[in-house]
Amino acid sequence: MSAQDIDAGAALPKTPRDYLPLLLPVALALAALPFIPSSSTWVTLTIAGLAMGMMIFVMASGLTLIFGLMDVLNFGHGAFIAIGAYMATLVLIPLAGWMQADSVWLNLAAIVPAALFAIVVTGALGLAFERIVIMPVYGQHLKQILITMGGMIVAEQILYAFFGPQQIPLPLPTSLRGSFQFGEAAVEKYRVVAVLVGLAVFLAMLLILNRTKIGLLIRAGVENTEMVEALGYRITRLFVGVFMAGSALAGLGGVMWGLYREQVNAAMGAELMVLVFIVVIIGGLGSVTGCFIGALLVALATNYAGFLMPKAALITDILLMVVILLWRPRGLYPVTSR
Amino acid sequence: MSQLLTLSGVETHIGRYHILHGVELAVSEGKTTMLLGRNGAGKTTTLRTIMGLWRASNGEIRFAGVRIDTLGTPDIARAGIGYVPETMAVFSDLTVKENLVLAAREGAMDQTRLDWVFGFFPPLKKFWLSRAGTLSGGQKQMLSFARAFIEERKLLLIDEPTKGLAPAIIGALIDCLKEVKRRGATILLVEQNFRVAQEIGDTVSVMDNGRVVHSGTMAELARDDALQHRLLGLSLDTHQ
Amino acid sequence: MTLPMMPLSGDPPRSRFLGAALILIVLALALAPFLFPGAKPLNVAAKICIFIALAASYDLLLGYTGVVSFAHTMFYGIGSYGIAIALYSLGARWDAIGLGLLVALPLAALLALVIGLFSLRVQTIFFAMITLAVASAFAVLASQLSWLTGGEDGRSFRVPELLRPGTSFGNLFGIEVTGRTLTYYIVFVCCVLLLLLLLRIVNSPFGRVLQAIRENPFRAEALGYRTVFHRTYANVIAAAVAAAVGALNALWLRYTGPDTSLSFNIMLDILLIVVIGGMGTMYGAIVGGTLYVLAQNYLQALMGTVSAAAGDAGIPILPQLFHPDRWLLWLGVLFILSVYFFPTGVVGKLRGGPS
Repeated sequence: MSAQDIDAGAALPKTPRDYLPLLLPVALALAALPFIPSSSTWVTLTIAGLAMGMMIFVMASGLTLIFGLMDVLNFGHGAFIAIGAYMATLVLIPLAGWMQADSVWLNLAAIVPAALFAIVVTGALGLAFERIVIMPVYGQHLKQILITMGGMIVAEQILYAFFGPQQIPLPLPTSLRGSFQFGEAAVEKYRVVAVLVGLAVFLAMLLILNRTKIGLLIRAGVENTEMVEALGYRITRLFVGVFMAGSALAGLGGVMWGLYREQVNAAMGAELMVLVFIVVIIGGLGSVTGCFIGALLVALATNYAGFLMPKAALITDILLMVVILLWRPRGLYPVTSR
Repeated sequence: MSQLLTLSGVETHIGRYHILHGVELAVSEGKTTMLLGRNGAGKTTTLRTIMGLWRASNGEIRFAGVRIDTLGTPDIARAGIGYVPETMAVFSDLTVKENLVLAAREGAMDQTRLDWVFGFFPPLKKFWLSRAGTLSGGQKQMLSFARAFIEERKLLLIDEPTKGLAPAIIGALIDCLKEVKRRGATILLVEQNFRVAQEIGDTVSVMDNGRVVHSGTMAELARDDALQHRLLGLSLDTHQ
Repeated sequence: MTLPMMPLSGDPPRSRFLGAALILIVLALALAPFLFPGAKPLNVAAKICIFIALAASYDLLLGYTGVVSFAHTMFYGIGSYGIAIALYSLGARWDAIGLGLLVALPLAALLALVIGLFSLRVQTIFFAMITLAVASAFAVLASQLSWLTGGEDGRSFRVPELLRPGTSFGNLFGIEVTGRTLTYYIVFVCCVLLLLLLLRIVNSPFGRVLQAIRENPFRAEALGYRTVFHRTYANVIAAAVAAAVGALNALWLRYTGPDTSLSFNIMLDILLIVVIGGMGTMYGAIVGGTLYVLAQNYLQALMGTVSAAAGDAGIPILPQLFHPDRWLLWLGVLFILSVYFFPTGVVGKLRGGPS
């Protein structure tokens, strides 16, 4: 039998890429439409949902990659969110003049360094955290959960000690205040910016993951770290980098969220972690695209439910998670082999 | 004929289980050594220990004279050892192309080499840009092989490549192995299919209960029915 | 089994220090109204009893079954609210207490069953995250259904006449025995019974299977034990005990609110107690709970002194780090150090085991 005969009819039909989950946020938005009295309210809620979703995506994407690649679940991820926000205040409060100025460029001159500072600090802390706290407990899930939880408590308390227990106000810069008017619908400027930033982060991650060698290694490593090593790659060196990147992303998310709420407080990390976990579970541990979709779904659901049934917002998120897990028990895009 | 790979007194523990109890094994350069034995004899564990995926708790493993049992898996691979695991371990989310790009490690893939691989495994060319997860079992095995051969390796560790595959595909794999042999590769092959063993194997080591209990030439074992029965519990002929 | 071993279900302290400490603690708690008269010490003693029982029920999950759950305070809260709502709506009657228990305990068990069956098929990590989400949602729900739960303010209620502080039973050893004393002893005796029950469970064949599953789930499954069933069952038992403890807590405080029964801080407290005390030992809950509550109440004062001294000496940042409100910071540090260096906790150390 020749080699040519082998492939005849031997392949499964090429399954199309799994586009179904991508449609879910659209479906949800459309499904909410009949329940919301006016279309302009719907537009406002949807944009709010998209903006919130993007911010949560930025925070959660790091966590899902870290878990997918390193099999490490950092219950202290929220600490980086809070720390990022606080670092931004260290820059923005002295530069309050630039923030209040009526010039886009001065505003940016304040915000961009603040964001960069937050990213650098959280990235560096991520490095320290990974080497000191996490490395000794690779592979031991129970200890990881306990230790990272402890780390979160300690971090939150240190923030209280250094910055005080009260909230720190973080007003939006002048050029980002207010809304665009589209007919009857008011769309907050900041939300549009948040969506753009989130999309940029998402696209950058997709580019890196799909077009670079490092991204290739990460994707392969998420599936099977052993085999990547058996091909000669010292993938553990990549772990630290990914952990730093994930922590830095959490810091960026913290800055975005702090500006969104126009205030920063030490407990914000812990509060957001519940949503982050729900998003990561829905998306599938290790999948960036899944995380993106999950974040949009959770944020949209929270906003619609917040309008329709204010008391049931968090329950709605849980129900959403349950429904999705019943459909796909390992999340929308299960990537890891675990 | 130098011994490319030697194991002396290798023991491996996994958790509380003592799997390898002092393995003595030698693989001669340029030859194909078959590693046979019942299920659970420790064949896969031996390959994984050589590859550093499990740490040997005792003993020595030398490759081209250098101790590798103390090295990490990436360094062992870089020393020139290729590994085709029992589970194939293709990266499902990556395309065939990306799987091979990863395997080629340093530079771009050598086109001549790639054509050679396509020659044995045409489906890989056909599904070049398809995700490896969509391939059939036999095609995944081809990919797993191709990853090992895409670059020249000094030693190939192959774990039960023909398990569960159709005869046509097994034929392609055998052709490939023969060609690789002809080019002078050294192979350590775990295989339960006797036809494959006979066609390719030069020497044989049989394992039982975590030890090598017999070493000799293939021809010798194939001739001796009584020996076969004693070592493997049944005649190799019926192992089809 | 020898006679002293029987109530302990054959699981003795196995260390002279530990045994001595345990006897000391139990005696102190048993005689608390007479040894430490006054409202505050009795409060501390009652809190110790409650936290010991709650932590012990958590140890069943964390230490013996190897399951990390963040929903434990939810069950504790169900028990608390059950009593509170019953006594608030129906008045200060004994049958109201019974009704509250009759509703709360099965509810907690049922919820644990549902969560368990749904989530315990998945990895530790999934389960931990899911319980966190569910507990958060429950807490939000409780504070929002204010018509039922009293919202953020919680529910105050009156207890039956026998248990009220105003009721006096006369004098014993020079100390006045009141309804509070009676309530205290109810709390104390129930907590002791619950603890002995848990000891029984973990030393039964069921308990041993749990430990086997904790060690190596795949092997246990291969040996024929249905791990999902066992884990769920452990979850249910732990939840029911937690609910019972919650009921006791409500009875003692004559009040239930989100901060006393559902707050995540309580979850962290018992997590810390179990880990520092020693996971998988039951006695760790006793030792850990005692140390924890005592420290929380009396060490904060010490921290305050240090903080003030540092402030007076002009040392930067130390005053804030040692401020009594930063109590949790040092506990967190101790917690992390325990996980690294004393995985077997205080009990393990006392038993001279590997650390």
